[in-house]
Amino acid sequence: MDAPRRDPATAAPRSDAGTSARGWIGLLPYLLAGTLFGFIAVRSEIIAWYRIQEMFRFQSFHMYGVIGSAVLVGALAVWILKRTKARSWSGQPIHFPDKERTWTRYVLGGAAFGLGWGLVGACPGPIYALIGAGLPAFGVVLVGALLGTWTYGALQHRLPHG
Amino acid sequence: MGIFDALSSPWPWYVAGPLIGLTVPLLLLLGDRWFGVSSSLRHACAIIPSRIPFFRYDWRAVGGWNLAFALGIVVGGFVGGVLFANPEPLQVAAATTADLAALGVSVDGGFAPEALFSLAALSDPRVWAILLGGGFLVGFGARYADGCTSGHAISGLSNLQLPSLVAVIGFFVGGLAMTHLLLPWIVGGPA
Repeated sequence: MDAPRRDPATAAPRSDAGTSARGWIGLLPYLLAGTLFGFIAVRSEIIAWYRIQEMFRFQSFHMYGVIGSAVLVGALAVWILKRTKARSWSGQPIHFPDKERTWTRYVLGGAAFGLGWGLVGACPGPIYALIGAGLPAFGVVLVGALLGTWTYGALQHRLPHG
Repeated sequence: MGIFDALSSPWPWYVAGPLIGLTVPLLLLLGDRWFGVSSSLRHACAIIPSRIPFFRYDWRAVGGWNLAFALGIVVGGFVGGVLFANPEPLQVAAATTADLAALGVSVDGGFAPEALFSLAALSDPRVWAILLGGGFLVGFGARYADGCTSGHAISGLSNLQLPSLVAVIGFFVGGLAMTHLLLPWIVGGPA
């Protein structure tokens, strides 16, 4: 099997993460950012299987409100960062990568993801948060997600992407 | 309302949504990182040595931050769900409660129905199939689509990426098909 075409997800690493002691300490801010996100995910109840059911049954505005306002704020922030040519805390320029303009993978992969989301009522962030919140059964869901990720990696070159 | 109440009672969408949106600039300003959770699953797979090209890269350098972020979510889940656990049962829309009752799934006050998502439920092999199968679709689909709810719906749409909109529509088509067509068949009968 040949190597995949240029893969931005695993492109050459930048300077701020490594295996040195400094590298590990450099991961702390991300750990804290994750903690913050996990806390918000619990408090907003977006980790609840029932909230996902309400969403897919169009019986509550909550999830639409959360995702919609998150996108509005995120888009505004990205626009500001672009306009001001903001740099990251360590002085690197911030990149705004474009997603590959193919469609099959987004349609088929998206639909597969949605089937799983509708069944277990949790996407990857909430899976982690639920494990922390004391629902160890979601550890089984996590194992399934790792198996699915592995399977995609193994089959990548046989799946239609374009 | 005391600080403990504010930290343990549910937050409305207009508080939580904007805060989640701010995760995007927070990670960009911390180190030019794009908010996305499902990549952590790939990095976790990449830890295991294999001959699969998709997993052959320096996971520490590329994904260290993402794995730390994912670990943080577990910690945040513990802080929010255990240390500051909401003492009140989860409120669910009446229409959803009725729809689920028709499927034999009850609203029991927790985040997810105990009949499917508790350790006790794991004595039923059918539950294993549901949890592993659902998780498999989430992991497989997220990598195939190159992102999940955070990477596409939040980050991708915030960066005005048309492919992300296609992926999000795909998420919804899949979720609607599961909820309305397959779920009754999967959990139908006594759940």
